[in-house]
Amino acid sequence: MATSFPVEPRVIVRSPRTFIERLRGGDQIALLTTLVCAVTIIVVVALIVVELWMNSQPAIKAFGWHFLTSSTWDPNAEKFGALPFIYGTCLTSALALLIAIPLGIAAAIFLAEMAPPQLSNLLTFLIELLAAVPSVIYGLLGIFVLVPLIRDCLVPVLVKFFGYLPIFQGDFYGVSFLSASLVLSVMVAPFIISVSREVLLAVPVEQREAALAVGATKWEATWQIVLPNASTGIIGSVFLALARALGETMAVTMVIGNTPKITASLFSPGYSIAAVIANEFAEASGRLYVSSLIFLGLVLFGLTIVINAVARILVLTTTQRSA
Amino acid sequence: MDLRVSRRRKIVNVVMLSLSGVCTALVMGVLFFILGYLFWHGAKSLNWNFLTQVPKPSGQTGGGVANAIAGSAKVLLLATCIGVPIGFLAGVYLAEYSGKTFAFTIRYVVDLLNGVPSIVIGIVAYALVVRPMGHYSALAGGVALGIMMIPIAVRTTEEFLRSVPNSMREGAMALGATRARTIFTVVAPAAISGLISGMMLNLARVAGETAPLLFTALGNMFWSRGWLQPIATLPVTIYNYAIAPEEDLHQQAWAAGFVLLFLVLGINVTARMIIARGSASARR
Amino acid sequence: MHVATFRQQLAKEPAIAAEGSGVQKTALAVKLQAENLNFYYGKFQALHGISLSIVTYKITAFIGPSGCGKSTFLRTMNRMNETVRNTRVEGKLLLDGQDLREMDVTFVRRRVGMVFQKSNPFPKTIFDNVAYGLRVNGVRSRPVIEAAVERSLRRAALWDEVKDKLRKPASALSGGQQQRLCIARALAVEPEVLLLDEPCSALDPIATLKIEELLFQIKDITTIVIVTHNMQQAARLADYTGFFLMGKLIEFDDTRKIFQNPSKKETEDYVTGRFG
Repeated sequence: MATSFPVEPRVIVRSPRTFIERLRGGDQIALLTTLVCAVTIIVVVALIVVELWMNSQPAIKAFGWHFLTSSTWDPNAEKFGALPFIYGTCLTSALALLIAIPLGIAAAIFLAEMAPPQLSNLLTFLIELLAAVPSVIYGLLGIFVLVPLIRDCLVPVLVKFFGYLPIFQGDFYGVSFLSASLVLSVMVAPFIISVSREVLLAVPVEQREAALAVGATKWEATWQIVLPNASTGIIGSVFLALARALGETMAVTMVIGNTPKITASLFSPGYSIAAVIANEFAEASGRLYVSSLIFLGLVLFGLTIVINAVARILVLTTTQRSA
Repeated sequence: MDLRVSRRRKIVNVVMLSLSGVCTALVMGVLFFILGYLFWHGAKSLNWNFLTQVPKPSGQTGGGVANAIAGSAKVLLLATCIGVPIGFLAGVYLAEYSGKTFAFTIRYVVDLLNGVPSIVIGIVAYALVVRPMGHYSALAGGVALGIMMIPIAVRTTEEFLRSVPNSMREGAMALGATRARTIFTVVAPAAISGLISGMMLNLARVAGETAPLLFTALGNMFWSRGWLQPIATLPVTIYNYAIAPEEDLHQQAWAAGFVLLFLVLGINVTARMIIARGSASARR
Repeated sequence: MHVATFRQQLAKEPAIAAEGSGVQKTALAVKLQAENLNFYYGKFQALHGISLSIVTYKITAFIGPSGCGKSTFLRTMNRMNETVRNTRVEGKLLLDGQDLREMDVTFVRRRVGMVFQKSNPFPKTIFDNVAYGLRVNGVRSRPVIEAAVERSLRRAALWDEVKDKLRKPASALSGGQQQRLCIARALAVEPEVLLLDEPCSALDPIATLKIEELLFQIKDITTIVIVTHNMQQAARLADYTGFFLMGKLIEFDDTRKIFQNPSKKETEDYVTGRFG
């Protein structure tokens, strides 16, 4: 037998059995601590809902559903209606998506299907950095760069060719629905691009090859085969972008004009839910005024939750199907 | 086969593919034009006084945003102390302990929290901290941003802990390590670079948040002492200066925007480089 | 040591082998004993009534086709199966006559070490890898740890290769070295039993040989149980061999008996290669 090593006495032969010792081992403590933290998150979300609900009670009691359909916002007379803000939020978000979706998806197709991988990775990296730019900076750029640009270049063109449309009538002062929508579209485009690119890349290569093998052109393979495969995920990315646009505060506040009115013209200044809260909350006096603003917050919260839920479900179904 | 149809298809192919390239160029062009503008304009307005002085009383020119930079650091420190531990530990719970149903619930709630607009978080922090205390404070701002940090902290932690191979856990447990010991001495250290860079990205994300600070931290023209006073922060300062009528303040807004963007993108790039290097060495 | 030497040693094995009378009849000390052990993954029964005894300071090997339950059985012996959700064990498992499942689980795993199929060094330095088990088990004294690390690395026949780079990350080692590091790590806490789950399946023949040599070196300080799909390995190394099939222990006996004169038809088919 190869006995090159002596048998040495065993170091620790003691079973740690008491409760205290097992606690010191850390398992129970760790389980408990992490569980408490996980539950804390649920509590935080519950608190958000409860706080919004409780604090908007005065407004709910005073106005009821009428709050959502009334277009009067008069703090002096204590008359509050949310319609101009809901209108502004929905209009700017929808218009922003209308601009960002085609551009974003086209760019995503380019990055996923055509660009050489190195270029694609580099551009995606840059786009993801752009998604990280704080919204107040987009607002700053909106006020001082985009608005003058729109006034001097875009508006004359629009008026000249489409001036007969009701949406392009009236005077343009700079701050307006149009400016807010354009700033928003610049903000959500990186979002749509990076998520859509990922979804497109998740489509199996075999799908492309099968289409190309029966004689489809690259574009036909992309448009007819790859895109439908990825459509649910892309729609999901659009919904995520929508949720972001709806809740976006600073950039919109800085360029929308902060005037609570409902007009068809995109040139006219307006207001959005997030913007009115940002502008008036700190200075709001009177219980009903504050409560109305919080009620607006509750409406916004509800809107984004529904949109987010839809988006999650859509993204989830595609990624799971491809996995 | 009909040659003309085939030619038409080829033309469509080329046109559409080029169009997608043009769209990419357009998007990238717009985005980089405005950012380039910011860098150029901001760097021009930047000087040493700007970084070391507090704002001058209204009407006078000059002064800086030193108090806002320090204020942002303070509020972010608070936010990190609130958001990261809760998020990290909850992420540990999700990755290492939880059963299926409860984990699903938590993940759903985390997603929900992630989707809450930042202005709404501001309202809640106002109701929870500012109103009971009776005044605006750095603490309230920290709470608001801390809540905003939780979802990403949870998701990052869970993702990176799950990426640690199970054989690590088995190896440690086979030596007699408890589950907790395994997690905190083997699994978490194995994922450390991912965890740190994830938290950095998280911090960069909330560092630029303005809306939740408007009526929590509020703002301050002077140095703020302690944690319970209103405090100036970079994003709010940029906002206030940008909408102010004075041209001098606009210049300061540009410079402050430059500083903020430099910090945010700096943290971002560093974190992404850490992640990229980590995954490269893991492949090796 | 060389393979030929192993064979010679097999040839001059003690009396029990010559008697060919099987394990149960000998008077050797039993380290681990399973009695009528059943194991379930959810509703699926993976082990059916396993009963056997592992003899102290001997090498025991388990062979069988993949999915036969040999690894599962190995993992019940230090309760690693409990890390998998929704599993259940029935029957008795005795370590030195005491029921494993009534002991503290970390205590069991310290006494019964394990080496895995794929080497799994922690992303720490070589030194910290070997020291990990000691630290986990409450050893704080630096000199004690250093001595134990050197001793374990020597036993794992790795000391000469790594003594100058103890502070380097373990990932810098080759595959075979990593697996020996894992053995050293397991040996550092002085386990009474060392379980090895196909430790050589990912290694080349030379690295495999080194591991086999070192197992031979350490069998006088610890009881070794090895699962292998390599029959030659079992024949070279083991004093006793068990053959598993479809979750049942078909035959458990002296290694030479299993390979030369098995009493069951299934065993014969498997060791002669007629099985799937």
